[in-house]
Amino acid sequence: MKSIVLGQYYPADSLLHRLDPRVKLVSTFVYIISLFIVKDLPGYICVTVYLLAAVILSKVPPVKMLRGLSGIIFLMLITVIVNLFTIPGTPLLSFHGLHITVEGVYSAVRMMLRLVYLITGSSVMTFTTTPSALSDGLESLMKPLKIFRVPVHDIAMMISIALRFIPILSEETDIIIKAQKARCADFDSGNMVKRAKAFIPVLVPLFVSAFRRANDLATAMEARCYRGGDTRTRMKPLLYSGRDYLVYAADLALVTLCIMTRVML
Amino acid sequence: MAANRGFTPVPWAAAGGDPPCHIVAAGGAAYGNLKARMEDIIKTEELGFDYIRRNENGEVECIVRAVDDVNISVKKGEFVVILGANGSGKSTLAKHLNALLKPTDGTVWVDGMDTAEDGLLWEVRRTAGMVFQNPDNQIIGQVVDEDVAFGPENLGVPGPELPGRVEESLKAVDIYGLKDSPTISLSGGQKQRVSIAGILAMHPTCIVLDEPTAMLDPAGRKEVMRALLALNDVEEITVIHITHNMDEAVNADRIIVMDHGKVALSGTPTQVFSRVEELLAYGLTVPDAVMLAYELRKAGIGIPEGIVTGPQLTEALINEYNH
Repeated sequence: MKSIVLGQYYPADSLLHRLDPRVKLVSTFVYIISLFIVKDLPGYICVTVYLLAAVILSKVPPVKMLRGLSGIIFLMLITVIVNLFTIPGTPLLSFHGLHITVEGVYSAVRMMLRLVYLITGSSVMTFTTTPSALSDGLESLMKPLKIFRVPVHDIAMMISIALRFIPILSEETDIIIKAQKARCADFDSGNMVKRAKAFIPVLVPLFVSAFRRANDLATAMEARCYRGGDTRTRMKPLLYSGRDYLVYAADLALVTLCIMTRVML
Repeated sequence: MAANRGFTPVPWAAAGGDPPCHIVAAGGAAYGNLKARMEDIIKTEELGFDYIRRNENGEVECIVRAVDDVNISVKKGEFVVILGANGSGKSTLAKHLNALLKPTDGTVWVDGMDTAEDGLLWEVRRTAGMVFQNPDNQIIGQVVDEDVAFGPENLGVPGPELPGRVEESLKAVDIYGLKDSPTISLSGGQKQRVSIAGILAMHPTCIVLDEPTAMLDPAGRKEVMRALLALNDVEEITVIHITHNMDEAVNADRIIVMDHGKVALSGTPTQVFSRVEELLAYGLTVPDAVMLAYELRKAGIGIPEGIVTGPQLTEALINEYNH
């Protein structure tokens, strides 16, 4: 649970930290689409250059970013194994009736790169953007949905509060687990059903406490004159500057190049 | 709401040159003179509040009178401590001062505004800011400066003015250095000071604190108390501090003791702490120095009344020894 770094802001002063969150959201989206467009080496070079540039510009230690990958190691292993053994083509190795093909190796490498790039790329965004800036960006990008009476501000506020309370609640879960263990609760033995049942005495107090916290927080927000988004002003209003347009240009270049590698080569 | 549209920022340091209060508050005569020049920031008249519990059918199951016939008034610039055991109604009283609860009976005025009037709700809440007990459950922002800006943002303070407000508020509680820190990484005392700064940024005339130190360690308690005393002294902000920690009451201008929803005692720390037996009967303790002086006096040693702090007791003991 702890190894998932999504939503872990890394404070630093870099170009990426100063970018408008809308740009970062759109760029991440464009980057992910590009990842799924590219198929061969030239395309992957484009995406790699883009990702490397982002990682270097973010000034986040690469080790920190790679740590996020540990959460998906299992998924990567499965993907690699399935790809290695199931893609038909020129056989490379075979044993016990299982064949590894050249095409399978290519495909496995491609899929693994794709997964690694996907996680690393999106964690560049979450490392350089505070969750509240993210929800501000989302709110701003979703503004057109207001026409359809989507409560954009409320959703953004809910997301940012949820993000703020994740570490607090996860800490609390640990405390409750320890407290129940001290009362001889057994979380580690028995089959799946038994283990799942063992977690009920953890979830019940956790829920009660979450509701209490929600109630406290709502009171505190009311005491600080919160009354929805209509009359609110912003300390850090979202304003585009030159560098933001530059990054948009880079996004456009990336997606064009990726399409070109597919169409022309 | 309509009241908010016409919002104009009010300079928070009170205009005029009133001397910091607790210099004069200790002596009765000087207090009386000053009193005439200060106006009531908070006033309750025959305030009563019932908690009503209903069963599933919406029928009234039981009524608990949490606050009963409370008449208090707090002057601008005063540092008032409200003491009381659990269930004495002190938190319920606090919630009335911020219009989070509306009186069942009687009236509450905040800076002349009736808290029961809907149109004044946001101005009341701005004037009397409130800090709560649990440091984690009242911080909304992920980063310190974002959290401090939350209040003024809600008030519709123009964007360019906000960083200045955040800066002055954080400096007032001495944590400007943590401006860009994630709130989750702060200590309890620091979190509570962020909460206080978040209220200050709304430029209140009065801060109500509902047991802000109850969940803190001794160091955090000291941090918060130092910040509160400085705010009261330097910025002349009225502080209403609710606690059951006696040591925090020693420096107050005035102490109000609540018991079973009523005001049981009211006066300067010296006056209140001279009634040791009554305080014990209300389920409270008294500061160690007061308790020791009381026991010594009971044992027949000539210690004068009105001793509140350790140094005072030491001095009295030395005097007694020299005689």
